[in-house]
Amino acid sequence: MKTDALQAHYEDLGKQTHAARLGMWIFVGSEALLFSALFTLYAAYRVAYPGTFGEAAGHTDLLLGSIMTFVLITSSYAVVAGLDAARRGRTGRVAPLLAAAMALGLAFLVLKGVEYTIHFRDGIFPGRFYRFEAFPTDGARIFFTLYYFMTGLHALHVAGGLVLLGALAWLARQGRFDAVYHTPLELGGLYWHFVDVIWIFLWPLFYLLR
Amino acid sequence: MSGKRLTARSYFVAWASLVLLSASTLLLSFAPLGGFHAGAAVLIAGIKAGIIVLVFMHLAEQSNVQRLALIFALLLLAILVTFTAADVATRHVTARPPVVGDR
Repeated sequence: MKTDALQAHYEDLGKQTHAARLGMWIFVGSEALLFSALFTLYAAYRVAYPGTFGEAAGHTDLLLGSIMTFVLITSSYAVVAGLDAARRGRTGRVAPLLAAAMALGLAFLVLKGVEYTIHFRDGIFPGRFYRFEAFPTDGARIFFTLYYFMTGLHALHVAGGLVLLGALAWLARQGRFDAVYHTPLELGGLYWHFVDVIWIFLWPLFYLLR
Repeated sequence: MSGKRLTARSYFVAWASLVLLSASTLLLSFAPLGGFHAGAAVLIAGIKAGIIVLVFMHLAEQSNVQRLALIFALLLLAILVTFTAADVATRHVTARPPVVGDR
């Protein structure tokens, strides 16, 4: 057991882990609230412009969006496999698995960037800068504004998650986690999986429902 | 804290299920479902989110109280989304009918 893991104000590691886990779930809950407001906005506008939203979803890149889905799901699997390795004392595997998850997360951001670039070339910009000649309606403008806001906010979370995973991989390489103490890995994983869950809803809303 | 622990096998099964569900929702998006597309896609997304939360986020290892908190939160979210959408959908339809004479 890592003796420096237990802080002075906790009686034992169990209570400290319990408190840390509760705090992380509250943070994830507040993040969920942030996205919930945007999902609600999407639902309201989809009801207001049902045909337009379906048609506009046909202008996002289904292939890229689907690849991004599989990439992110697999990166979540790598993170949970890393945590599992730590739990079973196979600490040497943790850093490589986290690095694999980071590579997949980075691939996700690159693909997202490629897709944004394609949109920009077509004149698909958010808000009043929207000038997509093939689909010049108010509903389409609202669809793509929500698209940029929601996928952009999600991409920022992926970028933040990459920094987090990098820090965890570095700590893992230093041998800071073992079968007894691996709370940071668990909490970092919670964040990464939450980001995955958000994309799982963004994918059908902006790519599949055409 | 409950005693049960997820295994490496359960993580793999969860990942395989997520891939299969993603593939099926992708194929389903080409099927002629008419108005049921949105419902089917969101339902499958919900099942996938459930798998991630239960297995990857280890909610299956936690106590029922923690599960209850999540279920309650989802219920509130469902109310927020459906009522807001229903408001927009019915805003013009339920205008007061013209009154002829008294009452």
